Amino acid sequence: PADTFHNLQELHHSASLATKVFIQRDYSDSTICKFQTKFPAELDSRIERSLFEETVKTLNCYYGEAEKIGGQSYLEGCLACATAYIIFLCMETRYEKILKKISMYIQEQNEKIYAPRGLLLTDPIERGMRVVSFANTWDVFLSVGTTLKELCTIYKL
Amino acid sequence: MDTPHTKKKKIKRKWQVFPGRNKFYCNGRIMIAKQTGVFYLTMVLILVTSGLFFAFDCPFLASNLTPAIPAIGGVLFVFVMGMLLRASFSDPGVLPRATPEEAADIERQIDATNGPSGPGYRPPPRTREVLINGQTVKLKYCFTCKIFRPPRASHCSLCDNCVERFDHHCPWVGNCVGRRNYRFFYLFILSLSFLTIFIFAFVITHVILSKSISVFLDGCTVLEVVVCFFSIWSIVGLSGFHTYLMSSNQTTNEDIKGSWSSKRGKGNYNPYSYGNFITNCCAALCGPLPPSLIDRRGFVQPDTPQPAAQTNGTGACPSNQVQSHMVRRPYSVLSQRE
Repeated sequence: PADTFHNLQELHHSASLATKVFIQRDYSDSTICKFQTKFPAELDSRIERSLFEETVKTLNCYYGEAEKIGGQSYLEGCLACATAYIIFLCMETRYEKILKKISMYIQEQNEKIYAPRGLLLTDPIERGMRVVSFANTWDVFLSVGTTLKELCTIYKL
Repeated sequence: MDTPHTKKKKIKRKWQVFPGRNKFYCNGRIMIAKQTGVFYLTMVLILVTSGLFFAFDCPFLASNLTPAIPAIGGVLFVFVMGMLLRASFSDPGVLPRATPEEAADIERQIDATNGPSGPGYRPPPRTREVLINGQTVKLKYCFTCKIFRPPRASHCSLCDNCVERFDHHCPWVGNCVGRRNYRFFYLFILSLSFLTIFIFAFVITHVILSKSISVFLDGCTVLEVVVCFFSIWSIVGLSGFHTYLMSSNQTTNEDIKGSWSSKRGKGNYNPYSYGNFITNCCAALCGPLPPSLIDRRGFVQPDTPQPAAQTNGTGACPSNQVQSHMVRRPYSVLSQRE
C-alpha cells in the first residue's frame, strides 16, 4: 500500500519517460522566446485546436513581456549596475517574477484542461527553453495500472 | 536486491552530473572553465598593481593633492573586481543538452526531411533555415548537445557547451562570454581601462610632484608603470572594439566570420540590430537578464533519463525502462517483508 501511493506520487516523474510531442521555438522574430503555434498532427484527436493555440499564445505573451526592452527593464538594469549587481542578491529580477507566473499558469492549465484529456504540459524552462512538451499520461496510467495489478496478485487481493 | 541501496542513495545536485567541461565551487553557486591559469594571472596583476598604488602612491597623493584620489581609485577598484568575478563565475548562457526523447524526436524529423538513405550514402549536413527579420539564417545541428543551435548560439570547444549568443571564450576571465555575462565582461574591460589610465596618470603625477629620483627608480613605481603602460594599449583597444560590437549588436564570433558584412553580398545586413547604436547599447547593458537554464543547484530527479553525454546506449527506449523499473518494485517490497 505504501509503495502504491509512492508509485502514484511519481506520476509526474514517470510522465517524463512517456511518449511526447514537442513544440519547437519560432525564431522568426529574432532571438526572443516564442513557440510555434502550428497545431501538431499527433494532438489532433486529443485536444481542440483553439485551446492549444490559446495556451501557446499566452505563453508567448508572457515570454515577450519578460524579454521586453522598455522603461522598466532599463530602470532595473541601471539600478543593478549602479549597485554593482549586489541588488540581485535581495531582489528578484522581473524575468524571474514572470517565470513564476508562467509556471503557475502551466499548472493551472494542466489541472483544468490537459490532465482531463490525458496530457501533461511541461514548463519550457525545464527543457532549456527549447521546447514546450506534451506528455501522454495515458501511457503512465497504463504502467501504474499494471503495477497495481501485480501488487494485487502478490498479496492475493 | 537493491532495496537498502535505493533507500540510502544520495541525491545529487545537477552540477555534479553536468556533462560540460566546467568546474563548480560553493556547491554549484560558482561555475568557471576548466583552465583557470590565466584568470589567476589577471587577478594577480590587478590586485598587485592596485595594491602597490594604494600602499605607496596614495598616501603621498592624498596629503599633497586631495583624498578624493584614493577614494575614486577605491571605488573603481571595487567595481572592476566585482565585474570580473561576476563575469568569471556566472553561467554565460549555457544551453542544457537534449534529453533522450528530444534527441530522438529531432532525429525523426531529420530522417523525415532527408528521406531514406542507402548504404554508403553520406547524409547532408544537418541545418535548418529560418527567416529572421527578412534575413535567412542557418541553424546548425550540434552533434555533442544533440540540438539545433538557436540563432547566435555556438559550441565552445574548450568548455564543451553550447552557449547562447556566444561571443568568445576569454581565458583572462576564465569563462565563455555569452548572453548572460556579456554586460559584466564589457563593464569589466571598460572600468579596467579607466582604472589602468587612472593608476598610470597618478603614478606619473607622484613621480613628477615628488621631484625625487628615488621614487622614480623605485621598483614598485617601475612595476606599476610597466604593467599599466602595456595594459592600456590592449585593454583600451579591446574596450573600443567591444563598444563598436555592442553598438552594432554583433558578437565577436559574427564579426570574425564576417556574417553580416556587406562584402558577403548585397542585401546582407544584421537582423538583430535595433537600428541605432543607442538602443543597441541599452539593450545589451540594461536589457532583462535571463535566468540560467542549467539549474546547477537543482536536484537530479531519480528515474529521469540523463541527457546525451551520460547515456551509453544509442537512443534506448525509455518507456521500457519505466515498465521494468515499476515492475521491479513489487519484488523489492517482497524482499522488505522477508
